[in-house]
Amino acid sequence: MTALILDRVNKSFGATKVLHDIDLAVDEGEFVVFVGPSGCGKSTLLRVIAGLEDATSGTVSIGGEDVTRTPPAKRGIAMVFQSYALYPHLDVRGNMALGLKQEGQPRDVIAARIAEAARILDLDPYLARRPAELSGGQRQRVAIGRAITRQPRLFLFDEPLSNLDAALRMNTRIEIAQLHRALAASMVYVTHDQTEAMTLADRIVVLRAGRVEQIGTPMQLYNDPANRFVAGFLGAPSMNFLPAGPDGGVIGIRPEHLAPAPDGAIAGGIVHVERLGGDTNLVVDAGDAGSVTVRMFGQHDARVGERLTLGYDPARAFRFDADGNRLR
Amino acid sequence: MSRARTNPLNSVAAHAALITYTLIALFPVWVIVTNSFKSRRAIFSEPLALPDADSFSLIGYQTVMRQGDFVLYFQNSMIVTVVSLALILIFGAMAAFALAEYRFRGNTLWGLYLALGIMIPIRIGTVAILQGMVATGLVNTLAALILVYTAQGLPLAVFILSEFMRQVSDDLKDAGRIDGLSEYRIFFRLVLPLVRPAMATVAVFNMIPIWNDLWFPLILAPAEQVKTLTLGSQVFIGQFVTDWNAVLSALSLAVLPVLVLYIVFSRQLIRGITSGAVK
Ligand SMILES: Nc1ncnc2c1ncn2[C@@H]1O[C@H](COP(=O)(O)OP(=O)(O)OP(=O)(O)O)[C@@H](O)[C@H]1O
Ligand SMILES: [Mg+2]
Repeated sequence: MTALILDRVNKSFGATKVLHDIDLAVDEGEFVVFVGPSGCGKSTLLRVIAGLEDATSGTVSIGGEDVTRTPPAKRGIAMVFQSYALYPHLDVRGNMALGLKQEGQPRDVIAARIAEAARILDLDPYLARRPAELSGGQRQRVAIGRAITRQPRLFLFDEPLSNLDAALRMNTRIEIAQLHRALAASMVYVTHDQTEAMTLADRIVVLRAGRVEQIGTPMQLYNDPANRFVAGFLGAPSMNFLPAGPDGGVIGIRPEHLAPAPDGAIAGGIVHVERLGGDTNLVVDAGDAGSVTVRMFGQHDARVGERLTLGYDPARAFRFDADGNRLR
Repeated sequence: MSRARTNPLNSVAAHAALITYTLIALFPVWVIVTNSFKSRRAIFSEPLALPDADSFSLIGYQTVMRQGDFVLYFQNSMIVTVVSLALILIFGAMAAFALAEYRFRGNTLWGLYLALGIMIPIRIGTVAILQGMVATGLVNTLAALILVYTAQGLPLAVFILSEFMRQVSDDLKDAGRIDGLSEYRIFFRLVLPLVRPAMATVAVFNMIPIWNDLWFPLILAPAEQVKTLTLGSQVFIGQFVTDWNAVLSALSLAVLPVLVLYIVFSRQLIRGITSGAVK
């Protein structure tokens, strides 16, 4: 069965069209991530799926059921927000219980589900606390716990990690991945962070200005981007684009596919060196070709000001036309 | 900012200014209350003196109580003020929520229309209001006053509360919707508690003008049964003789309920005034 089907979903706010003909199918148990730059419509699309916004046209089906006109609470979804959105007047237990009470679940079912969620997320010590008495990371776990207790057909996450600091973000990311494996639940996750997208997703949906640019597994998108936007958006440091020919076309080469070569096609001086321990990144000013980034494995004693020539394997380069479409 | 806070000179200056202002503001109240306990002669010979064994007198309070219906006036004022405040708060908050939360045609226009009442004093419409009250048979009822005061208080209430409600997190309301809360429960259980300081502010701003108003009671409800305290006190002020003992005693008594209501709201109010600055 398919967990979620979007069929030609459009959304306008007044005269501004924010989503254009979005088609998508999410399989049962699949983890799908929406990525794209700020303002591209990720949150809006998620809110349309949740029923918090009505689609201007198109249909939304969840678990094989058309829910386009169904209110959010009846769609079988649970959502985790960037700002946690915990009820300030309820303790942790109350926060997790509210949705179940509204569903009319019996008391023992509610208690059992809360106990289960608290066990999975290590929330037991905090059950009697108010949200104001929790740290940011704990609040986000409570928000995730509140979603788990609903036992939804589909989990929705809107940038759940972006208010956390770097270390906590990594831990929580791993926890969400484990949760996904443990519950075998279908999840849709919004982020603008391409690392989160690459590490969590079964499939990634790349959005730009309200349109789907490409859908595929992280490695499909990385190894076979459909256009220049997707190629440049995924991967860090991002892909180098070098002018190719007079017609405005460009060649895209990933930083790790460039290497110093005595007879290389690109020559320039090093303007910046980033030493990350495991990797070394060089920024090279290649004259007319602009600035290119080289990523080398291990540690190298390159110095700013040094000149070098770079070569690449043409089989690993991507060619794009002036409009950014991939040429194969 | 921290320097200003720790500089002792600044602190002394600030306290001096605030204490001076407090003294000036409290002085008339002080004079009224002390003189209400003095005999008529003492009021005029030494207005600033405290009552002593000679000048102490409860004649003013006795007159007020003897005047009979003072308890009734009190009750009328209390009913009018409390019911009006309750209606202003509940309807104001509801209208504010609709304006702040929902996108609908003419949303901005409605907001402006409601805000217009802040700028146009309601007394301009007195004649029309009186005609309306006569036509509906509401003259000489407390309901007439309550309706007018509610109308008078709503514009500012809607304006202030909708600003505050816009600041309540959208995610919180959406979480409520996903958990199946009705719009009413979202309003009453999630939003109202978070704008409580603003509600207290609105309550205090509206309370005092309503309690003190003489205009509408005089025009719309002058009958004995529905007189408010302010209007009732006027019997002691004559064109030729004024019973100052009674006037001062009545005024002293009139301060009490406002004081109580104010204390009820003030904790919230202070949080409301400082919430933007401190957070
Ligand atoms: N209620 C609204 N009214 C009008 N325009 C809106 C509304 N909500 C969103 N938009 C517009 O829709 C576009 C997409 O917004 P959305 O919040 O979906 O972006 P996003 O991809 O989630 O961005 P971010 O990564 O910054 O969260 C934006 O251009 C935004 O200005
Ligand atoms: Mg967003």
